[in-house]
Amino acid sequence: MANPLADREQRLALFQMWFSDTIPHSKALGIKIVDARRGFASMRLDWREELVGNPETGVLAGGPLTALLDGCCGMSVATLLKEPKPFATLDLRIDYVKPATPGRAVIAEAECYRITHSVAFTRAFAHHGDAKDPIAAAAGTFMLGTKGEVTRPQSIGGEAMGLAIKP
Amino acid sequence: MSTLLERLAEVRKSGDVARLAEAIPYARWMRIAPENGTGELLTRMRYHDDLIGNTFLPAIHGGTLGAMLEMAAIFHLLWETETETVPKIVNITVDYLRSARPVDVIASAKVTKQGRRMVNVFAEAWQDDRSKPVATANAHFLVTSADEPSAL
Repeated sequence: MANPLADREQRLALFQMWFSDTIPHSKALGIKIVDARRGFASMRLDWREELVGNPETGVLAGGPLTALLDGCCGMSVATLLKEPKPFATLDLRIDYVKPATPGRAVIAEAECYRITHSVAFTRAFAHHGDAKDPIAAAAGTFMLGTKGEVTRPQSIGGEAMGLAIKP
Repeated sequence: MSTLLERLAEVRKSGDVARLAEAIPYARWMRIAPENGTGELLTRMRYHDDLIGNTFLPAIHGGTLGAMLEMAAIFHLLWETETETVPKIVNITVDYLRSARPVDVIASAKVTKQGRRMVNVFAEAWQDDRSKPVATANAHFLVTSADEPSAL
């Protein structure tokens, strides 16, 4: 019998369940996992009125983008952890390069480009579907091996991603 | 004239700074609002379960701390400076210093440098003990109305 985690859709559905169950804020924002593979994660945030920062224009506030990019960068780190360990955001820089278009979903794509024993380095972009036309750019670093227990979303590297890259 | 600036003019007369947040849907949803009961403008994010980012610790989501630091900087600029436009955020760098427990978060902000078009703001967030901040941030805001909205 095939391992269910070898199927991309089922794998993403499982990650989504872990993510939504253990990160209530991401669930409240309605963040959906679009993709997750070694060193990379992508998520989607749908526009809605409650998340607007400027009621005149309907443009999203910075906060939901911050949470989206933080979560997406974090998941890109998790995909690289062969031995799951708890981690936490150390710092996060966001450049708001263009206002988000009202009514349109925002896609975040994050890459973890370097991981060491203690620190993981990530960068990310948020856009409306064209990565060459970004709304925001982010750079986040994460401290690895922080206190507490490893969470389910943090354990995806060890529990599932190994299967994802099997030839 | 934006509703936020109209609201600001009203609030300057009434002194009820919490009403500034009512003009911003996201601030209402997040329960983030300014207060000046101590004579200093502070911004409070009221704890509610939707703020949690880690159910195991439990801890408040880092994204919400970045969001409330950004709002604290905006409320500070609106209230403490003579701004005639709603400040537009250019960028923000958030440092996460401690895990934030499931209680209210309070933030203060100060202008590090006020330019004609650009303002640099420092903001700091804490919970029970102000000397133990959970996160700090530096942010730049454009405060000129000359720039087209499409170019920030």
